[in-house]
Amino acid sequence: MSMIDCQLVFNVENREYVDLDLYRSRGGYGALAKVLAADPRESVYVLKEAGLKGRGGASFPTGLKIEMVRSNQEQERYIIINADEGEPGTFKDRYIMTHLPFQLLEGVTIAAYLAGASRGILYVRHEYDEPRSVMRESIAQAKRAGLLGENILGSGFSLDIELFSGAGSYLCGEETALLSSIEGRKGRPQVKPPYPTQQGLWGKPTLINNVETLSNIPKIMEKGALWYRSLGTEDSPGTKLISLSGDIRFRGLVEVPFGASFRDIVYEYGGGPKPGRKVKAVNIGGASGVLIPEEMLDVPLEYGACARAGITIGSGAVFVLDDTRSILDNVSNRINFFLHESCGKCTPCREGLRQAQIIMEKLIAGQAVMKDVQNLERYTRVMQNASFCGLGQAAGNSVISSLHYYGEEYCSRCKDGEEDLYGEESA
Amino acid sequence: MAMVEITINKRTISVPENITIMEAAKLNGISLPSLCNHPDQKVKANCRVCAVEVEGVKNLVASCSTKIAEGMKITTNSPRVRETVRTIVELILADHPQECLTCIRSGECELRQLAFKLGMKEVQGVKNTKRLPLDFSTPSLVRDPNKCIKCGRCAEVCHHVQEVGILYSHNRGLDIGVTPEYGKELKDVACVLCGQCVLACPVGAIYEKDETDKVWEALGDPDKHVVVQVAPSVRVSIAEEFGRPSGSIATSKLVSALRLLGFDRVFDTDFAADLTIMEEGHELLQRLQTGGVLPMITSCSPGWIKYIEHFYPELLPHVSSCKSPQQMFGAMAKSYYAKISGIDPKDIYVVSVMPCTAKKYEAARPEMRDSGYRDVDAVLTTRELGRMFKHEGIDFNSLEDGEFDLPLGISTGAAAIFGATGGVMEAALRTVYEVVTGQTLEKLEFEGVRGMEGVKASSVDLGGTEVKVAVAHGLAHAKQIMEAIAAGEADYTFIEVMCCPGGCIGGGGQPYGTTNAVREKRIQGLYEVDQKSEFRKSHENPAIQKLYADYLQAPLGPVSHKLLHTTYTNRCQHELQ
Ligand SMILES: Cc1cc2nc3c(=O)[nH]c(=O)nc-3n(C[C@H](O)[C@H](O)[C@H](O)COP(=O)(O)O)c2cc1C
Ligand code: SF4
Ligand code: SF4
Ligand code: SF4
Ligand code: SF4
Ligand code: FES
Repeated sequence: MSMIDCQLVFNVENREYVDLDLYRSRGGYGALAKVLAADPRESVYVLKEAGLKGRGGASFPTGLKIEMVRSNQEQERYIIINADEGEPGTFKDRYIMTHLPFQLLEGVTIAAYLAGASRGILYVRHEYDEPRSVMRESIAQAKRAGLLGENILGSGFSLDIELFSGAGSYLCGEETALLSSIEGRKGRPQVKPPYPTQQGLWGKPTLINNVETLSNIPKIMEKGALWYRSLGTEDSPGTKLISLSGDIRFRGLVEVPFGASFRDIVYEYGGGPKPGRKVKAVNIGGASGVLIPEEMLDVPLEYGACARAGITIGSGAVFVLDDTRSILDNVSNRINFFLHESCGKCTPCREGLRQAQIIMEKLIAGQAVMKDVQNLERYTRVMQNASFCGLGQAAGNSVISSLHYYGEEYCSRCKDGEEDLYGEESA
Repeated sequence: MAMVEITINKRTISVPENITIMEAAKLNGISLPSLCNHPDQKVKANCRVCAVEVEGVKNLVASCSTKIAEGMKITTNSPRVRETVRTIVELILADHPQECLTCIRSGECELRQLAFKLGMKEVQGVKNTKRLPLDFSTPSLVRDPNKCIKCGRCAEVCHHVQEVGILYSHNRGLDIGVTPEYGKELKDVACVLCGQCVLACPVGAIYEKDETDKVWEALGDPDKHVVVQVAPSVRVSIAEEFGRPSGSIATSKLVSALRLLGFDRVFDTDFAADLTIMEEGHELLQRLQTGGVLPMITSCSPGWIKYIEHFYPELLPHVSSCKSPQQMFGAMAKSYYAKISGIDPKDIYVVSVMPCTAKKYEAARPEMRDSGYRDVDAVLTTRELGRMFKHEGIDFNSLEDGEFDLPLGISTGAAAIFGATGGVMEAALRTVYEVVTGQTLEKLEFEGVRGMEGVKASSVDLGGTEVKVAVAHGLAHAKQIMEAIAAGEADYTFIEVMCCPGGCIGGGGQPYGTTNAVREKRIQGLYEVDQKSEFRKSHENPAIQKLYADYLQAPLGPVSHKLLHTTYTNRCQHELQ
């Protein structure tokens, strides 16, 4: 084993497919054996101590979520692995499924055991044919090896995992929409509470976690909370898979310990912009994420610090725009994306996006006035404040952040754009 | 009830636990804006106009879907809340054809009222000018998808109260629409035209097909003898159109107002309700004596009839062959009344005032022409009648009392309660009991069939024989009984079904704001009418007795058979397509 192998959770730079034998030869499934032999309450405690937070976007503490399902009176419980990975520019779950399927399955089995779930559903993005077939095969192999199915490793614990092909919309990654789509209804979000941990699939307590989140678990159980915490920062232990794309030299997946700065990510991991170009803006967190300027790249990758800086790490997509790019085009594309993906159920998202799209088009065509820009800001703020689900709440992030950092690009496109953005008119 | 302390706008108050922020605010004198919320429906939380701030929560929350918790600090009046709510309303208005001046809903539109309340001065967003076609395909309803604000209230009632389930929220994003499947028209799906969706809608996106112009025209035609009949439930709901409390009894003012409109005769559907009891009661006895199909099910509710024709056609032999009171009235007006008044039936124009949109469809059915003419020419809902009164400037509340014309205006208390769930059953039992036992019924109230419970089962002693009866209102409840019959598990003799929750007092043509609480008040009104009636048993109605003596001879006789009974049609889904 190389040093790198021991150091991180995924060690993606190897780009290596780890089959079951290789996985086990490196100590894989040792964690499961350990957990099956231990008091589940202690294992949950380890997860909480490790400080693992959800990697699907909401960064909810995973140990706590497992405990919530576990403590439910209802004995019939489910685990759902969210592999919908719909955020544009994100390909980390795909990588895990195609390269580290058993690390994922071991994590799922441990989480299911701790939550007391004996049925699991792997909800795979519609377009992900290859990951789906790798997972199908890996589940079958794990079953044959006694690592899934009946009486896992002789412990008496059983777990079946079914594959479910996603409904093909971005919104279906949202947990309640995902549940609806499994239940055969339209993939639209539902009122919370009840939360899935209380009443999830078919009304039963359900643990829903992201692929990356679950894949962290075997390493934590194997090496302990202290080791895990040593990887990241006090605020955000562990590592984050970052999907790098856009105008940089090295695009692809990297694993970054929390605490590294976005500058490190762009310049060290990503090799910086292409020769002769400069970084103009960096989009963090995919379509629903914000745009930040070069000057802000020193903010560390860390949930707390990012929140203070107004950055949502989200799925961990980092997209670099160099100085050839237009901010307005980028924002406009994202608004179009959300308008296409919005379920249309709630007013702020549906109608706010309609107005936002019209205004962006006017801006790009040079037909807008400053009043339009102010309205754009107001509509997106209301979408953020009042939309029903995370889609609408985040859909305006690109507008709000770009207005903040690149306000002059908006003003300069306005017919009456001389004035200051927040000049007399906004009174 | 356990109480919790919360703070609303810096004021600490104590409220019952487990209620929503919206409810808590209401208890403390603040009505928060709302559009998708409806007191009888589950929370949908999609309009978002009820947004408020909660300390410690980053975004605003929907007050209709968020439960309060101990110590919660809520702000409903901050600039942030104000901007949000007004912007959401602005966004809705930008997507809305603002045709309030000519909109059927104008006076009572929840959206228009909210916009007014918020003092909306300007819609800055770009207006959506795309227009979708309206659906005029049925005799009862009009759907205007352009005015739809996608609140889902109609679909909720169609699915969960009626379980007809033909309205869905379709598509996504800007293409979302709450429509029948595949954008079909109402005539092409199994819609029963009950109009419960109309009552649920906050705006003018679904409404009754207005027939007031037809009626104005008839009233203005000197060659027509225009008679009007008023359904039992209208007398306890029409006054709501003039600001009176729900359930106010307004029979005599209603009669006077109808005279002012210029009707030549003001008659009462209650007369025909008594006639229905005579025919239906004897049909039941005949089925009992001759081993006919039991249980027998009532047939006065046209939405219910359309429902069973669509969904349980194999059970149609259970349905009484009696026409509804509206149609019995029409047939009598153009035969018996024509004869005794010496007016040519072709010149008689029958208008009915109904709580119901399905009645428009019923009157247009091809079966309903047994007099040789269309038996009922025009059907007005309570709302349409209210509009006609307002059009004429009739000051309803200050009118002098009037009385129905003779003889088709004489009725009993048994007929009045037809408008409430359980009423037809109770009226029938009063008559059947006396016919079967030959004794006088002492206690006229059959409590077991009264009230808002969805399915009421009861048993009645008919001089030694126990008869099991059941009453259902709202089609979801009717469905339960139909399933039981289909499974051979319903050992009832007689079943009353009303399409609408609460019966006709809750019909789809009643004034806006018909909630379950309002329904209960109207029901109380009808029981009061019954109690104060001179006659309380249909067979004691002297006008009915005379009708049989002079014209019909006997219940179920040949004349009755021709004029008062009907047949049904299998409208099963498969055959629709
Ligand atoms: C619009 C929307 C899309 C989402 N898409 C995904 C997704 O593709 N994958 C995912 O894991 N979580 C997604 N989420 C987050 C899930 O709702 C949920 O929080 C997550 O699966 C929980 O897992 P975690 O605790 O492991 O992060 C999405 C949320 C929203 C609002
Ligand atoms: S925020 Fe958008 S995606 Fe979410 S419920 Fe509202 S309309 Fe649907
Ligand atoms: S539905 Fe309401 S807001 Fe819309 S046009 Fe009619 S009255 Fe005006
Ligand atoms: S009229 Fe009745 S059945 Fe038809 S759509 Fe409305 S609620 Fe549904
Ligand atoms: S038709 Fe009316 S009730 Fe139905 S969704 Fe539209 S606005 Fe709401
Ligand atoms: S009333 Fe609360 S969201 Fe519509």
